[in-house]
Amino acid sequence: MTLLENPPEAPAPEAPDRPARANWFRMLLADPAAFVSALILLLVAFVAVFGRQLAGDSAIKGDLSLSRLAPFSLDHGWQYVLGGDLLGRSLLGRLMVATQTTMSVVVPVVLISLVIGASVGMWAGYHRGRRETVAMRIADVILSFPSLLMAVVVLYIFSPSIASIIAILAITRIPVYLRTARAESAELQTRLFVDAARTFGTPSGAIIRRHIFPIVLPTLLTVATVDFCYVMLAESSLSFLGIGVQPPDVSWGLMVAQGRDQLRTQWWLSVLPGLAIVITTVSANLLASWVRIATDPGQRWRLTVPRRRRRAAGPTVLETT
Amino acid sequence: MLTFLRRRVLTSLLPLLAVVLGVFVLARLTGNPTALYLPENATAQAREQFSAANGFDKPIWSQLLDYLSGVVRLDFGTSLRTGESAAVMALRAFPATLQLAAVTMLLACLVGTAVGCWAALRPNGLADRVSSLLSMTAASVPDFWLAILGIWVFAIMLGVLPTSGVDAGGLSWVLPIAVLMLRPAGVLTQVVRGAMISALGSPYVKVARSKGAGERRVVARHALKNAAPPALTVAGDLAVGLINGAVVVESIFGWPGIGKLLIDAILQRDFAVLQAAVAITAISIFVLNIAIDIGYALLDARVRQKVGAAA
Repeated sequence: MTLLENPPEAPAPEAPDRPARANWFRMLLADPAAFVSALILLLVAFVAVFGRQLAGDSAIKGDLSLSRLAPFSLDHGWQYVLGGDLLGRSLLGRLMVATQTTMSVVVPVVLISLVIGASVGMWAGYHRGRRETVAMRIADVILSFPSLLMAVVVLYIFSPSIASIIAILAITRIPVYLRTARAESAELQTRLFVDAARTFGTPSGAIIRRHIFPIVLPTLLTVATVDFCYVMLAESSLSFLGIGVQPPDVSWGLMVAQGRDQLRTQWWLSVLPGLAIVITTVSANLLASWVRIATDPGQRWRLTVPRRRRRAAGPTVLETT
Repeated sequence: MLTFLRRRVLTSLLPLLAVVLGVFVLARLTGNPTALYLPENATAQAREQFSAANGFDKPIWSQLLDYLSGVVRLDFGTSLRTGESAAVMALRAFPATLQLAAVTMLLACLVGTAVGCWAALRPNGLADRVSSLLSMTAASVPDFWLAILGIWVFAIMLGVLPTSGVDAGGLSWVLPIAVLMLRPAGVLTQVVRGAMISALGSPYVKVARSKGAGERRVVARHALKNAAPPALTVAGDLAVGLINGAVVVESIFGWPGIGKLLIDAILQRDFAVLQAAVAITAISIFVLNIAIDIGYALLDARVRQKVGAAA
């Protein structure tokens, strides 16, 4: 989680300590969209950790007198500001509890696939040769198949639980990091400083850890932020289809599915949880494009000049992911 | 050309084999596969009968051989629900998905090329902002939610489009395609924009301009032609990814395609149908990948020459 909440802290390999940190914060302020996104993601993280306590009983115990309560009125306390469902449970409370479930799937998936994909990728790229070929072939096979289809088969055979969802989503996302890490480390291992380290007899594991990893990390963090959105959408799709998070647990995708039948009378049950997904993914995407610019020494100046001059300076050709 | 094709077919066969074997291994990992085929309340006797009839009591190697020969003959057993051949059910559902995917990809390519070119010609203009908004939405909005939003607004509030099904003729295509199109159109717009910006800045465009070629000719004949190969590669990946969207969209809109079949098979625990649907999808992805490679070879002069030299 910390990886995603605090990209301003993302280590710049060559930056000195204190002034650099102040710089990162100022660069975040220079991009209002990224700043707001960071705040929203912090709020989501906070709710994911403390949501269950904050929501209290209103998310679990329904008050049937409040059944089908319309949203956007404070008459029944802040918990019912987003209305209530058929059983009179507070929608806001359920959203907060669902945040925890959703994040408890998404964050482990991103972390697991990041760690495994990055380690194998750097290892394969550093050693080249047959190890690289085998790793890349396996990644190609996984990537060449629609992830949802793969998840569907696996979740049929092993009944859907949080652990199996995490496992299958992590497997489908590993190749993304593996490819990125391999490409960068294959290029880095030809550089002079790696040669120097090798000449001094540094073991290959240490070269990867000390010399290659710090340089690959910013790219990997950008990929991870974008991937965060992808995994969130995948988790909600699975839950929506009924093969992800199972009731009585609740996730955002599942809430959209559960509210679907009441669309005619209580649109908010389905529409608002979906909006929560959109707000979170848009924030992560905006932040990701900020991280991409901020960690790129050639583009960083864009965050230190006023917006108008930046626009005049010509188009940015962003790499598509 | 033949050498090139043979190599591509072999590398694309690998994922197909992995899927076919993967399903077998996963199904056997759980112990007795009868648990996957039969309903949970089946008696022990029924299980034994089923197990003997399908050869699940034989050694694992002969089971694998049986399974593989079944796959080759497209024989996945019969559906528990309907008693029909699972392969027939999957093949019947397949055209509906194919039509949906083909129309979607066609429209997405048109929109992506048009908006992408327009954005590249006027960087930071209106089209550029539309294109970045489009790609941002495509990467952030869950398709199932967009589908529900579409049903809510156009079918329930305005009442102009049907909520689901295929009975309303052309109108029933509007929402599924609009939802399915968003992601490929968004990504393609960005790819075309990037490729066009770099193509428009390249020497051959300057040469074309200095020889007095009109703006339209420069864009269409010179720049776009060179921007096409990367877009085609991405379009291929997007077409494969469309399967993901098709599963969601088909099950929401009740579209009688392979995606709906797949989800129904899961919810009703019909393993034979699931296998057939997965296999047919894997085979069509395999064919698609080869078609993309051929298209790429025809479009890119460098690959075309290399292919010509190798053959």
